[in-house]
Amino acid sequence: MSTGHVSDQPFDTTSVFEDTAVAFDTVAKAAATPEAKQPYRELGMTEDEYLRVREILGRRPSSSELAMYSVMWSEHCSYKSSRVHLKQFGEKAPKTAALLVGPGENAGVVDVGEGLAVTFKVESHNHPSYVEPYQGAATGVGGIVRDILTMGARPIAVMDPLRFGPAEAPDTARVLPGVVAGVGGYGNCLGVPNIGGEIVFDPCYLGNPLVNALCVGVMRADEIKLAKAPGPGNQVILFGARTGGDGIGGASVLASATFDEDGPAKRPSVQVGDPFMEKVLIECCLEIFAADLVVGIQDLGAAGLTCSTTELAAAGTGGMDVWLDRAPLRDSTLTPEEVLMSESQERMMAVVEPAKVEAFLAVCEKWDVTATALGEVTDTGRLRMWWHGEVIVDVPPRTLAHEGPVYNRPFARPEWQDALQADVPTAARLRRPASADELRETLVNLVGSPNLADKTWALEQYDHRVQGNTVLGHGEDSGMVRLDAALPGTSLGVALSTDGNGRFAKLDPYAGAQLALAEAYRNVAATGARPLAVTDCLNFGSPEDPDVMWQFAEACRGLADACLELGTPVTGGNVSFYNQTGEVNIHPTPVVGVLGVIDDVDRRTRSAFEREGEILLLLGDTRDEFGGSEWAHEVHGHLGGLPPRLDLHREKVLGEVLIAGSRDGMLSAAHDLSDGGLAQAVVESCLRGGHGARLVLPETDADGNPLDPFVALFAESAGRAVVAVPRSEELRFTDMCVARGLPVARVGVVDGTVLSGEAVLEVQGQFTVPLTELRTAHEGPFRKLFGHSVVDA
Amino acid sequence: MPARIGVVTFPGTLDDQQALRAAAAVGAEPVALWHKDRDLHQVDAVVLPGGFSYGDYLRAGAIARFSPVMDTIIDAARGGLPVLGICNGFQVLCEAHLLEGAMIRNGDLHFINRDVALRIENNRTAWTSDYEAGAQAVIPIKNVDGRFVADERTLDALEAEGRVLARYLANPNGAARDIAGITNAAGNVVGLMPHPEYAIDELTGPAGFIENRRVPGTDGLPFFTSILKSLVSA
Repeated sequence: MSTGHVSDQPFDTTSVFEDTAVAFDTVAKAAATPEAKQPYRELGMTEDEYLRVREILGRRPSSSELAMYSVMWSEHCSYKSSRVHLKQFGEKAPKTAALLVGPGENAGVVDVGEGLAVTFKVESHNHPSYVEPYQGAATGVGGIVRDILTMGARPIAVMDPLRFGPAEAPDTARVLPGVVAGVGGYGNCLGVPNIGGEIVFDPCYLGNPLVNALCVGVMRADEIKLAKAPGPGNQVILFGARTGGDGIGGASVLASATFDEDGPAKRPSVQVGDPFMEKVLIECCLEIFAADLVVGIQDLGAAGLTCSTTELAAAGTGGMDVWLDRAPLRDSTLTPEEVLMSESQERMMAVVEPAKVEAFLAVCEKWDVTATALGEVTDTGRLRMWWHGEVIVDVPPRTLAHEGPVYNRPFARPEWQDALQADVPTAARLRRPASADELRETLVNLVGSPNLADKTWALEQYDHRVQGNTVLGHGEDSGMVRLDAALPGTSLGVALSTDGNGRFAKLDPYAGAQLALAEAYRNVAATGARPLAVTDCLNFGSPEDPDVMWQFAEACRGLADACLELGTPVTGGNVSFYNQTGEVNIHPTPVVGVLGVIDDVDRRTRSAFEREGEILLLLGDTRDEFGGSEWAHEVHGHLGGLPPRLDLHREKVLGEVLIAGSRDGMLSAAHDLSDGGLAQAVVESCLRGGHGARLVLPETDADGNPLDPFVALFAESAGRAVVAVPRSEELRFTDMCVARGLPVARVGVVDGTVLSGEAVLEVQGQFTVPLTELRTAHEGPFRKLFGHSVVDA
Repeated sequence: MPARIGVVTFPGTLDDQQALRAAAAVGAEPVALWHKDRDLHQVDAVVLPGGFSYGDYLRAGAIARFSPVMDTIIDAARGGLPVLGICNGFQVLCEAHLLEGAMIRNGDLHFINRDVALRIENNRTAWTSDYEAGAQAVIPIKNVDGRFVADERTLDALEAEGRVLARYLANPNGAARDIAGITNAAGNVVGLMPHPEYAIDELTGPAGFIENRRVPGTDGLPFFTSILKSLVSA
């Protein structure tokens, strides 16, 4: 189907009704002409769904109603394929008093103490970003920021987990620079610091990059705002940007359809962002919240006015009357269906008591924000809309917002899964470096491989300092911001990390989702923050493929089980299906964000080795685990076997040790071990701190078996971290580890500084590499790959 | 009574809160100024902070320069009021013809947020007197239109009159003659692309091993201690 058709002439109603007085379809006409053919298929609805709408309404829908049902019942808005699996996140949620608002609202909210609440969520903007990298990524940031704002919070940080095709592929050179510039272009102009994220390359994302965006906001715990429209007589006010023709059909068409040959034809469906408008809207909203001028608020995201009116009405008194033709338009030729579907950015809808309307409009006036009273809350139980005096919509709003179709899609373990898992990357299967020279060469090559290389070229296009509360930024295990915006002078902070390894999830989706959670959890704990809650962006292929549906079901089950065990509930998130090129699905890629809290940001642990003579300790067990590893991927292009074994109890203990070490001042540095193993972690910490290190590799593994240097350096066993401790703290720290049953081994010492001469990384008995060589290898590739790109924004 | 430092908020200003925080950090009384309000509320000095005023539409600083508060500030600056324009504020000062030159798109066309090393060339202004002459400072830049340009004659004049305030040690964006900031002849109006207000403490500033040196995170503080001292001694 072509989106051009949808936006140009959405319903072809003129031909059906050309002999009547009004050119648009109305409820009266719908009742009078039950036989009129309607383009429900073109709008992505099945015949069953269409018939259900007719049953609900007792007549055929008007074209505006059809547009609304098609978009609200789309996969993107209704979660119709995922809902049966997502409910585990509620059913298995660990009981925690910290959870103030759970899944279902615009974003989850957690209590972080000192009377403050934090709201956070991650979302996908994958398909728009492939079509139009700059605007797709930019509006992805804009959308998630508005979700956070809608909860009543000031947005205080964003993060962007990104996945692309191979680094050297020509299309990656088109998509990546545009996405990075779009994330930066929007977030920078908004004044919300970007404090982390990921950039991962894999061939499976070549025709379908993943552009996920996370935002976190802070507010006083007693000031949470919800999307509801209570109180008959209250005014419904649309404010922010005017409604234009951009993004029409974006939700139902773009987000739920796969890409094929006609990709470029979908260009007009991508929304265009204006971050300046959004910045003004943020300040305007926060002033409105502070003066307590709204009883309910909703942002206009996917499905625009359709979604905001139905969700507000469905969650409120149950009725709403809307005079749709009052909406300020950018393009006066828009039809009512287009106005309802438009995904023009930077718009909000508020429900305001009549007595407060004047004060509300005054704040909008101060910020030069256009505001229009569009409707009124009623107790009719109906959502009714008028267009130039005619009723065009008359529906029960809950049937749109909450009573959409739910599918139990068939799923089955793929036939190929056993063979994939049996293809274990043993020493016999994949040749391993055999000499000290080969180990050295492997290390230098890996730290410069696209997935492990330094990402500064991209990350410095993001403002990470704005607002002045960024305590940890890019390159640290997690981003960390002080909560000063809601409580001036506080030392309270939150840490955030997102992780997700599609290769692990492909090998075992249950374990892969858990490993993503474990890594994010570990990253948060490594900075000294206590993990509190989870958000997830579940990026998968087609739900109509039983293989994919099995991956999805397994990932949800794995994540829900692990959240229960770690005591960190899922507070909200997003599902993105149909991530595929032709028939080829992406690796299942659950991206998991963990939020942690730290009482005193001054106590944070950084990852840089900064003091000579400090002792390096390896925490956790190392095993011969290379299934899905960076080494197998980069050196051999191999994916097979099982992902690293996961022990959630061990992850919890490791987290406790890292948090206690930070709180009690025992740790100078901590860095989690994940992609690339011990070698990668030590190189990063050395380069960041401008110091060398002398490593003495452990000779036996957890079970007392000999551990060869290759495994010690590059295995990706879970539940590990490397820490630097002052000599005076070594005994106290190792005693704590032993008391808690956490394996701890002395693996070296921080040695030599760049400032006083040549610093090196020495792996004792094996090889030595100067830091300058490592720096060139690690920091050179990204600039070389993408440094010449020119982005057409 | 402590010196009052005013910070202007235009629509799209982003760094106003941090500039107010920096003023408070050195013991000044921070005063928020609103773009529609011509009244300067008896401030002793003004900071035009960074951000994207009016979305940088038309040209960075081009619209903000015509806001009501700027009428008053332009007059007061000509009368000697100390004014520091940081990043977008520098662009506003250029558009207002209080300083020469202009800022164009960075050499690599990208937004750059990087901690850069500067050399303070002129420590005789109201805003830099607390630096040693030739002092080096690591201060973040975060801009997309940060490349200072001017015609050769203007550049020569700036050099000859000692009005180059600070230079990059490693030019990040192709700025003419590595110029990061300039001053007017009187030394009261100063424009700077880097953000000294984001280098005022170890916790949030550029601290650690940066640009091949060990830095404390507080290298931007002298901009604010300088103005405080010059106001007290005035």
